Amino acid sequence: MAENVLLRMEGICKSFPGVKALDNVQLSVRAGTVHALMGENGAGKSTLMKCLFGIYQKDAGHIYLEGKEVNYKSSRDALDHGVAMVHQELNQALKRTVMDNMWLGRYPKVVKGLPFVSDKQMYDDTMAVFKDLGIDNVNPRTVMSKMPVSQRQMVEIAKAVSFKSKIIVFDEPTSSLNEQEVEHLFKIIDMLRKRGCGIVYISHKMAEIKRISDDITIMRDGQYITTRPTAELSMNDIIKLMVGRELTNVYPPKDNPVGTENMMEVEGLTAEYSHLKDVSFKLKKGEILGVAGLDGSGRTELLENIFGNATRRSGTIKLEENVVGNWSPRESIKNGFALVTEERRATGIMGILSVRENTCISSLKDYLSGLFLSDKKMSSATDSMIQAMHTKTPSQKTKIASLSGGNQQKVILGRWLLTKPKVLLLDEPTRGIDVGAKYEIYTLIQEMAKEGRSVIMVSSEMPELLGVCNRILVMSGGRLAGEVDADNTTQEEIMALAAKFA
Amino acid sequence: MTAVKKAPNAKQVVNWVLDHAMILIIVLLAIVVQILRPTFFGVASLVNILTNTAARMPIALGVAGCIVLAGTDLSGGRVAGLTAYLAAMLASTYLGGSPIVALLVVMLAGMVVGVVNGFCMGKFKLHPFIVTLATQLIVYGTYLTMSNSAQVAMPKSYTTEFATKTLFAIQTGTKANGDPIMTAVPMLVLLAVILTVVMWFVWNKTTFGKNMFAVGSNEEAARVSGVNVLLTIIGVFMMAGALYGYTGFMEACRIGTSTATLGLNYENDAIAAVVIGGVSFVGGTGKISGVLLGVFMMQLIITGMTFLGISGNITYIIKGFVILIACILDMRKYMTRK
Repeated sequence: MAENVLLRMEGICKSFPGVKALDNVQLSVRAGTVHALMGENGAGKSTLMKCLFGIYQKDAGHIYLEGKEVNYKSSRDALDHGVAMVHQELNQALKRTVMDNMWLGRYPKVVKGLPFVSDKQMYDDTMAVFKDLGIDNVNPRTVMSKMPVSQRQMVEIAKAVSFKSKIIVFDEPTSSLNEQEVEHLFKIIDMLRKRGCGIVYISHKMAEIKRISDDITIMRDGQYITTRPTAELSMNDIIKLMVGRELTNVYPPKDNPVGTENMMEVEGLTAEYSHLKDVSFKLKKGEILGVAGLDGSGRTELLENIFGNATRRSGTIKLEENVVGNWSPRESIKNGFALVTEERRATGIMGILSVRENTCISSLKDYLSGLFLSDKKMSSATDSMIQAMHTKTPSQKTKIASLSGGNQQKVILGRWLLTKPKVLLLDEPTRGIDVGAKYEIYTLIQEMAKEGRSVIMVSSEMPELLGVCNRILVMSGGRLAGEVDADNTTQEEIMALAAKFA
Repeated sequence: MTAVKKAPNAKQVVNWVLDHAMILIIVLLAIVVQILRPTFFGVASLVNILTNTAARMPIALGVAGCIVLAGTDLSGGRVAGLTAYLAAMLASTYLGGSPIVALLVVMLAGMVVGVVNGFCMGKFKLHPFIVTLATQLIVYGTYLTMSNSAQVAMPKSYTTEFATKTLFAIQTGTKANGDPIMTAVPMLVLLAVILTVVMWFVWNKTTFGKNMFAVGSNEEAARVSGVNVLLTIIGVFMMAGALYGYTGFMEACRIGTSTATLGLNYENDAIAAVVIGGVSFVGGTGKISGVLLGVFMMQLIITGMTFLGISGNITYIIKGFVILIACILDMRKYMTRK
């Protein structure tokens, strides 16, 4: 495997106060290959990449690009030397145009040496890059914020390519793309591979890794585990190497007893400001109901309309046969609804507040003792949730932002359980969470169902819906395209429904 | 195929009206003033509004850059006050009759304040409000200490022979004895036009300008793309400082003396004008043409109220509401409705 190594990282070590984040890690990427970098969250993948890009200073180790030792000072320094990264969370100036973003920091000048920017040059160069990559649906003069996330992602990729990069790191590039867009991305990656680029591909999605990558490097707890050709490893092998133990079941047994009585009945739900139209369905007591669909099919809008976080134009919601208003989140919570939002960092956690404050925020009135909040009551409620959720946290006073994604999600679930909800609405509850923690979240969802609560769970990962839910609604173009029994359906059937009104 | 032009529905009309509400309100007010006081849109009055617009345009251009960065600058008015005093001192005591040199010196003085502002914000991540509140006090204190609130007159070589020199005059009436009444358009109007054009180029056609918008829109994205964020922030506030210095100089020339109240609340008028002109506090958006329109509209209000004989006390209240309404209407565009 030594032939043609483009990028070699050796003996990389990095410590933070109290944690050894990287311990003697290596990575070697061959020219013309896609190299998957895998590991659970917190395994050290992003720390390793940050050391490559000079965002962190490594404590020890060497990095070689084409045999020459390099030590980049900043991401821009790395970019200038042909090492680019497409970030998972897009870092773009949204109020500026596509081309302004592409050439930010290196605008083409009218005359060399003078600070005057050439619009025409910028436009032509952008078009050239787009043509090269087969991107034909983006106008370089469009303002970024007017485009969907998937197109913005394409711009980010085009930007990385435009630096004539030899190494391109993709960090979870498909999390906001639909099937066709993923296909397009893979075509682009394939093209880059044929040109002799080295691609580092970070993803949690096993199927993608198996399909696109040539080699896999696996990390665990800040340590290098192994590098193997992808063809030699099965998905189970990969999971085994990542978590260091055998995961016999990816999903817990689906043994929640689904009741016969209706918990909730939704009739003709139509949104005022989104395309959600005329959605009707029933939810049984103790049922886990999945919601499938492409990005933009109205899944999140459905949950937000039920919860009153979006304006409803028409339709009724019945809870246990009684009509409820649910016109605002406040009212919905009172009625027994809970919503775990999709963007955990943006709308879920309050980052600088502690685990306790994050746990108690939705049920504060339960901890009143006279006029004031009782620390004792809050502390015991938080403890009970930490235990019930198996949350790993140094203490209740720890800032939630310093926990891993999986543990943050457990705190959020605990927050909502304290409101004693009848209907739990979960929007992508396992996004960005590693394999081990996912299993725990699934188990928690099962337990909630067994307690007689009903769960509606939106997810982009179809295997997850099939493995966890009893029944699955499929959304398409803002409408309900159909419903399937999770135990007697196929991914193909769901995909066909998802494309119905798209 | 024939193009079908859909008649705009009620919602679109309402949205259009709300998007342009501030300007519509001002135009409506202007019409009311015109009906009550028919000389409001006379040539003399328009020249007056134009001259005042030219006088307040530079400080607004400076503040606008700070707002594009999603910041603000409260020090502008006091910097103008200090630099007006410096200009008057230079003119009367040290330099004598070379206004250009004095202008450059006071612009430099303004830049020094700008560098302090920008450095504190860029380096220590302080909120622009706090930093410029502090520098505003420091600058005003410096002025009071230096001047003891003394008024200093500007010499003719700065005023009628430079800044307020007649560019051309328009006949706006006839005296009883048959002599024409002439209204002069002063030199500072031409200077403001040149300045505005230069700033348009800086904003739209230079790397510095594009970096300014990028930093205002997403600082982190600009940083990882290799933009020197600190230098950009310092640069924007330095440019603003220079423009405040320019404002101070021209105001001293226009009024004829530097006084303790020169520059008072100028920054508020400028911020109001800039927001009316569509430069958003959200950062990353704004146009020079908008700033110009905003300053003009602001002067229209002020002059209109003078015409109606409304007292200065009421004027403050009206300006306050203008700022509030302009900001509400602006944020409306960025609120996503669900």
